[in-house]
Amino acid sequence: MSSRYTTGAMGEPPLSTISGWGRHSAQGRERVGEDLERISANVSLSRGLGRSYGDASLPSPDAPDVLNTTYADRILRFDEDTGLFRAESGFALSELNRLFMPRGWFTPVSPGTKFVTLGGMVAADVHGKNQHCDGNFGDHVTSLKMRVADGRVLECSPEQHSDLFKATIGGMGLTGHILEVEFGLQSIPSQWIWQESRRIHDIDEFQESLESAAPNWPYTMGWIDGLARGSRTGRGTLMCGRWADPEQAPPKPPKTRFRPRLRFDWPSWILNRATIRIFNELYYRKQWRRVSCGIVSHESFYYPLDAIRSWNRMYGRRGFTQYQCVLPREAGRSSARRVLEVLTARGGASFLCVIKDFGREGRGVLSFPRPGITLALDIAVRDDTQDLVDSLNEQVLQEGGRVYLAKDSFTRREHFEAMEGARLAEFNAIRDRWDPNRRFRSALSVRLLGD
Amino acid sequence: MLGRNEVDLERSAADLSVRGADGLVRCFSCDLEQVDTFASAIGSAREALGGLDAVVVSAGIFATQEELEADPVLAERLVRVNFSNTVMFCEAAKKVLLDEGGGTLCVFSSVAGERGRKPVIIYGAAKAGLTRYLEGLDHKHRADGLRVITVKPGFVKTSMTAGLSPPPFAGEPDAVAARVLSAIDRGAPVVYAPAPWRYIMAIIRAMPRAIMRRVEF
Repeated sequence: MSSRYTTGAMGEPPLSTISGWGRHSAQGRERVGEDLERISANVSLSRGLGRSYGDASLPSPDAPDVLNTTYADRILRFDEDTGLFRAESGFALSELNRLFMPRGWFTPVSPGTKFVTLGGMVAADVHGKNQHCDGNFGDHVTSLKMRVADGRVLECSPEQHSDLFKATIGGMGLTGHILEVEFGLQSIPSQWIWQESRRIHDIDEFQESLESAAPNWPYTMGWIDGLARGSRTGRGTLMCGRWADPEQAPPKPPKTRFRPRLRFDWPSWILNRATIRIFNELYYRKQWRRVSCGIVSHESFYYPLDAIRSWNRMYGRRGFTQYQCVLPREAGRSSARRVLEVLTARGGASFLCVIKDFGREGRGVLSFPRPGITLALDIAVRDDTQDLVDSLNEQVLQEGGRVYLAKDSFTRREHFEAMEGARLAEFNAIRDRWDPNRRFRSALSVRLLGD
Repeated sequence: MLGRNEVDLERSAADLSVRGADGLVRCFSCDLEQVDTFASAIGSAREALGGLDAVVVSAGIFATQEELEADPVLAERLVRVNFSNTVMFCEAAKKVLLDEGGGTLCVFSSVAGERGRKPVIIYGAAKAGLTRYLEGLDHKHRADGLRVITVKPGFVKTSMTAGLSPPPFAGEPDAVAARVLSAIDRGAPVVYAPAPWRYIMAIIRAMPRAIMRRVEF
């Protein structure tokens, strides 16, 4: 019987700072509550756990209210026989793992952090280490309940309002409020992963090894030393995994480890070229064998960065951006080398650099993945970051690639339009039908779509 | 589960069932504004579960002091729901629990009832009354096997406080739930949640009136 008298109270509460994961921020007001249907009525954007790196979950300056969905986290249905699962959109993947892994179920697609909500997973159409065989999260969604711009609450699916459904998957919350998400869970034989790690000498070998591992391993990804140059450009470690059989796996489920939290912003000089070089050298040497294999917990395999809470504070007060692009297969074997060389030539230092092959196009109009290779580079924000991102975008445009909106905060509108072309026109046409007055908007849509 | 919105109750019931309480959850309609619904709702719950061990009362309404001063009808309603009707609900629940030979009655009051404070004059007064009632009830019936637990939440981030800017030590609902469960297990008569509020309120209780008159909390 909690109050109906608090929202829209006598004076609006003052604006406060809302941040994305990369510490990019805007002034706004977060509205929280368990009843999304009631409180979403006059709000122009939803956000969940705020793990998108850039400005996707930040309000536009003219509409400061954002709906925070994280208290709407009830499970509404689960079918033990088929794995079909439905929950409110604020339900977090960490909760899904906690409750369902012991029962032998796992999300069909998991991003690199478990601190995301189902609504966010749909809006960004997240992908994981199994993109090359299982596609994106949106490929497993069967139905969505939404509040659209004219105020209606409706169900959409591949059969029902299919245009809205397609635009919402990967639509960064710009088609309406996602209230409920229904998708199929995948059954798993254990909570452990059989992992093989392989030392890789350069970027071309990386692209080849990812391709040859794809048919044999459901989960693959690679870590790259973003500072190595010349013949060693793109050296790193390739990690492949599959669920361990019950007889391979340890008898007990993995223990939950203590997760330290960074309590303050590190000074920005701590992460510099020298310290990153030392870290990268050690991390590369760690894989001193050509190939090694063994059993690891799913947590350390999927979510190595979740081990430290608030790790984004490492980048200091100015924060960081992640530059993630996909380069289509047609661009050829050395496309990743050319993009990496833009980074190294400009002296850009990337603390974390990840490479992964994509096997298929997403289902959403603006879904990020397409067959090819993806690179994700963490870059601390400095005075020249805009120039660096501009040069990377120009190279990616030449390769025929595109960038991932869930990570982005620096791409210019003209670059985005050139990358997306026909897909953007289709997205805008669907928005014209469902939200002609652009009631739904975010800081990202102001920057990239001109809302 | 008892509540006034049956659709919402069914959603929570589905959630609890999937999380592991399958077959143990039933919902009945009950509105704290309607005293005549109490006995039948508690009776239905008792029948459906085959007896009652514990009753947890977390319902109530909230409004800011400005809203209550501007709207006397709302103010009267808040005092009635949060104080007299909650007392009447506890009386009905007490009767059933005593009839069962004892049990636990866990009721959400508030830290707002600890001192007269400017931002929560009316709300705090209703909660102060409720706290005293629960204290007396505990004294009278502990020997009969009825344990009365008074929960005093500090600022918790829920939809109740959605329009307010959270102070330091604002807590999460899950943390409050964990503390309340442990208090029920131990039979602790008073529980502050989240934990730091116990010490914050000790300080506020000790403050002289001359200071309380000057501060704005």
